[in-house]
Amino acid sequence: MAIIAIQDLTKRFGPKSASRPAVDGFSLTVEPGEIFGLLGPNGAGKSTLIKMLTTLLPATSGQATIAGCDIGRQPMGVQRRIGYVPQALSVDGTLTGYENLLILAKLYGVPRRQRLDRIGAVLQYVGLESVAHRLVNTYSGGMIRRLEMAQATLHRPPVLFLDEPTVGLDPVARKAMWDLILQLRHDYGTTVFLTTHFMEEADVLCDRIAMLYHGQQVAIGTPAALKATVPHPETTPGASPETTMDDVFIHYTRNALTTETEGGYRDTSTTRRTAKRLG
Amino acid sequence: MTRQPHAAPLNDWANGTRVTAPIADFAAKALVAAELEVRKLRHDPIQLFTRAVQPVLWLTIFGQVFTQVRGIPTGGLSYMDFMTPGILAQSVLFMSIFTGLLVIWEKDLGILHKLMVSPAPKSALVLGKAIGAGVRCLSQLLIVYIVAALLGVGLSWRPLDILGVATVVMLGAALFSTFSLIVACWAQTHERVMGVGQLMMMPLFFASNAIYPIDIMPGWLQVVSRLNPLTYMVDALRNLMLVEPAGSYSLGLSMSILIGVSALLIAFCGRLYPRLVR
Ligand SMILES: Nc1ncnc2c1ncn2[C@@H]1O[C@H](COP(=O)(O)OP(=O)(O)OP(=O)(O)O)[C@@H](O)[C@H]1O
Ligand SMILES: [Mg+2]
Repeated sequence: MAIIAIQDLTKRFGPKSASRPAVDGFSLTVEPGEIFGLLGPNGAGKSTLIKMLTTLLPATSGQATIAGCDIGRQPMGVQRRIGYVPQALSVDGTLTGYENLLILAKLYGVPRRQRLDRIGAVLQYVGLESVAHRLVNTYSGGMIRRLEMAQATLHRPPVLFLDEPTVGLDPVARKAMWDLILQLRHDYGTTVFLTTHFMEEADVLCDRIAMLYHGQQVAIGTPAALKATVPHPETTPGASPETTMDDVFIHYTRNALTTETEGGYRDTSTTRRTAKRLG
Repeated sequence: MTRQPHAAPLNDWANGTRVTAPIADFAAKALVAAELEVRKLRHDPIQLFTRAVQPVLWLTIFGQVFTQVRGIPTGGLSYMDFMTPGILAQSVLFMSIFTGLLVIWEKDLGILHKLMVSPAPKSALVLGKAIGAGVRCLSQLLIVYIVAALLGVGLSWRPLDILGVATVVMLGAALFSTFSLIVACWAQTHERVMGVGQLMMMPLFFASNAIYPIDIMPGWLQVVSRLNPLTYMVDALRNLMLVEPAGSYSLGLSMSILIGVSALLIAFCGRLYPRLVR
């Protein structure tokens, strides 16, 4: 049975007449253990979709179930079954890494007897034991991301939502994050639903990919299948002769620049903030 | 990076996570949310005492001058004794009315989203914040007691009375900080939360019995004062802080009003709270 089932999910900010929906009739099923990638230009609606699936935003219409729980009717059930790493920062810089985990373990009701073991285990899993008692302010961007992963997996959720998990990371930290995601799937069969702007990341990491454009799903399939749908790019001298995910992305979203109308400032301000969030 | 698999299987959510006792669960989650606030304070305790100036100035300057003037009828009480509970209530009010700013700050950073997707009742998160504000305000209690003792105010040092004062301070802080959180849920920005805080704090303070008795006010102001929760906070403090209890209402009535209003505000704020991250 599908662990994520989304049907006709729509989110509209503001009145019906005023705007086109941020997410427009999105449907999808994801199987247990799958790593699923959501791609799309800035403002396509990726974060909005994830916020609906994680119960932060109420859907305007449509429905979705996560691990059997309906996002509208059983929000607590969903909350217990998911881990979420938002696009923006989600750990408290004024606490230590250990304290961040301790508070979350308590909020998620991890039994007292298991708490310390569990925190020790996740800290080791993400390689942060040695800095656990330092204030998070002093962490590097990669360390913060790994702490956020630790926080999101502390209660051992079967589904993990990662909104741009590698934004702002250097190549080494990014590679470490990929390994961590694959390791989680390998060890626990965790289903991962992620968004990214890095085509290579989608290619390497994801079993399947969906392209979102103006809130609508414009393509879906395995990386290989998506590449096969794109007409071969005219070979410029020196360019790789194979179709890449970049070509796929450009093919499906090439109207983006000409039809970009609204939401520019908001998008830019959040993107910039994201880019420097780890600074 | 070394990796050891977790000891137990990942998917242990299916067993044993059902909430069997909702009230116990609510209380436990609220205490965790409060612990979060207290831990933050522990890393930065200095902030507690940066707000000390205001009550000290009111007590030493305003209080001393008006004691000389003898212009305000306070019954048998010296004016210093009369105003000290009022000044404690004032500093609690001024400190907690800006709690909404903290939560907007956390929203803008994104930290709040993490708490909002956890399976905790949202009103428990609000109660946690309110308790945090209460703990913060206990620092004001310490400052006011020290200054008042130095100025010779007739403070009661019975442990039970002091415990009662601490309780009233926590209740008042919870009430006004939750009010501020509600404003934050509507207003969504620093500027507006700041603005509403500024707009409310002086009227709340002056339309109360904090520095003069209600009897000497014009009729309409008396009505406003009797609807103002700060009045009942000050009155409860007058019953508890001084050697000679000097409240005009019974302690039970004042406490019931403070508890009742706080509970209503917290429940209401719990419903609004998810708006902050939308
Ligand atoms: N709270 C909000 N109120 C109004 N409009 C919003 C809100 N949040 C998002 N939007 C709009 O919804 C659209 C989708 O935004 P969203 O953040 O989901 O995009 P995204 O695909 O995550 O972009 P990015 O790649 O930049 O993170 C944008 O046009 C944005 O301006
Ligand atoms: Mg986004």
